[in-house]
Amino acid sequence: MNWLTNLNETRRSLKERLVGLVAPKEVPDNLWHKCPGCGHMIFHRDLEKALNVCQHCGHHMRLSVKKRLGMLFDDGQFQRIELPKVPDDPLKFKDQKRYSDRLKDTRSKTGEVDAIVVAHGRMGGMNVVAACFNFDFQGGSMGIAVGEGIVAAAELAVLQDAPLIVIPASGGARMQEGILSLMQMARTTVAVDKVKEKRLPYIVLLTDPTTGGVSASFAMLGDIAIAEPGAVIGFAGARVIESTIREKLPEGFQKAEYLLEHGMVDMVVPRRDLRATMIRILSLLKNRGAAGDLVALPIDTPDSADQD
Amino acid sequence: MHILEFEKPIAELEGKIEELRHLSDAGDVNIADEVSKLQAKVDKLLRSTYAKLTPWQKTQVARHPERPHALAYISTLIEDFTPLAGDRAFAEDQAIIGGLGRFRGRSVMVIGHEKGHDTESRLKHNFGMAKPEGYRKARRLMEMADHFQVPILTLVDTAGAYPGVDAEARGQAEAIARSIETCLDVRVPLISVIIGEGGSGGAIALATGNTVLMLEHAIYSVISPEGCASILWRSAENAKDAAEQLRLTAQDLHKLNIIDSVVPEPMGGAHRNTDLMMQTLSMAVESALRDLGGVEGGVLRARRREKFLEMGRAGLS
Ligand SMILES: [Zn+2]
Ligand SMILES: [Zn+2]
Repeated sequence: MNWLTNLNETRRSLKERLVGLVAPKEVPDNLWHKCPGCGHMIFHRDLEKALNVCQHCGHHMRLSVKKRLGMLFDDGQFQRIELPKVPDDPLKFKDQKRYSDRLKDTRSKTGEVDAIVVAHGRMGGMNVVAACFNFDFQGGSMGIAVGEGIVAAAELAVLQDAPLIVIPASGGARMQEGILSLMQMARTTVAVDKVKEKRLPYIVLLTDPTTGGVSASFAMLGDIAIAEPGAVIGFAGARVIESTIREKLPEGFQKAEYLLEHGMVDMVVPRRDLRATMIRILSLLKNRGAAGDLVALPIDTPDSADQD
Repeated sequence: MHILEFEKPIAELEGKIEELRHLSDAGDVNIADEVSKLQAKVDKLLRSTYAKLTPWQKTQVARHPERPHALAYISTLIEDFTPLAGDRAFAEDQAIIGGLGRFRGRSVMVIGHEKGHDTESRLKHNFGMAKPEGYRKARRLMEMADHFQVPILTLVDTAGAYPGVDAEARGQAEAIARSIETCLDVRVPLISVIIGEGGSGGAIALATGNTVLMLEHAIYSVISPEGCASILWRSAENAKDAAEQLRLTAQDLHKLNIIDSVVPEPMGGAHRNTDLMMQTLSMAVESALRDLGGVEGGVLRARRREKFLEMGRAGLS
């Protein structure tokens, strides 16, 4: 394979030299990112180092699934699990375009089969299962495949006796799957309840955006609800509220901080502190220490104290 | 009666009958003959029109202002109905009504969306669009039914959960999620009937029954045809197309195994013969309850959970 690597390196350096020669002032767009929060231009390497958070105003930009999972697991190591295949386009839905064509396009653009990735790995040494939404895949919308992802993640958590972390980033239901997408609300609710029944921690990390049918099911049922700063979280879309009800929306409406103030989430945690916060919570719930054992003993074996 | 666009030819004939009746003095045989001929024509037209309603036409029927709503069914089917109010946390929300009563002799907990039938009652019930307190009340009542081992009957009829600032501030999403969770958790028979409009999350919040029945011309959908059209077609004008694509009719949902059975409506829809509709639904609910009778609570719960866990994974035709 050496010759290939060499060839590629040669090509790259040649290309770099050419870019340097031909267009020194034409900097490719993707080297600089404009912060949607404050408008500052941020160099891509700096942005990456800061986990896509603007160092000027603290605006949290979206994070790819790969980076998101990499940032949570120990040493950035995690293992993706393959999700069961589900029927594509079950209703043969067609608007101005066929849904099957839309799916094909998104798949080739993203290299993913659908809008959810399930992985497991270690966090603070503890085995953890995580399901992470990919907003770039049709707005992270929930159809059968996403429902299947949540079910698979929950079942894996139960199987491994591991906590479950779900990280939604979704506009809601996948309309093109009609009623079947609505049914995923019930389906995912049963799935995460299986984890809760086993007294395994179920943590939801609400990221931007978490709305519609996703927010009104598993995403709002976490034992612990953590939100990222500035994330939009709610049921009805702001535009729907404005247009149908003609109400003026208050400052910061449906933002993570607004939900915290209204008692809907436990905490709003900046991205750089997420991993440590989650590890601390998981450890508090998993490694309960001597006191936890003392409470359980008399109920299970009432005679054990006498015998000893 | 409110006439739907596609019912106009029927209404014209009915108008003619009305005119003839005015003209006739009691003994005019010719006119009586003509009236009965026209009536037969009306029946035939009504039957043929309603036998092949399009999804968009069904949407109109499901939303018909004179269609019987939850309170109408309750007042006919439920004896000793005793409404129970409030979520014990913030407020009473009349968009969802609920309470204890007796159905054919046995105690039941009835919970349903109520749209209202005139301006005053529509405002009182907020057009059937519930706020978090409505869903939290529903949850409270389901838990009470579970506690006392009373079967639950839910009547689903809503355009959707109320999209307002106050509703969001009080956690609309969480309230719906908890309502779904509770529906799937109770250890008593839960029968859900989609009686009119099953609109999105606000509807499924009360609709995950052991048995889900749906009236013949009711609709049940992830989004309204208008909403879907304005997003995917970028124009609400395409609502008709969206209604076709969404597969929201009782017949389609039965084929997809989303609902258990379709309850036939009187000729020309529930609003044309309310008494008959009541009788038919009463029998359907009775038979559903009988099927679940004697099944142990834990089994009821497990079966219900299994059924919804499988939705989409299996049974697609
Ligand atoms: Zn900024
Ligand atoms: Zn209300």
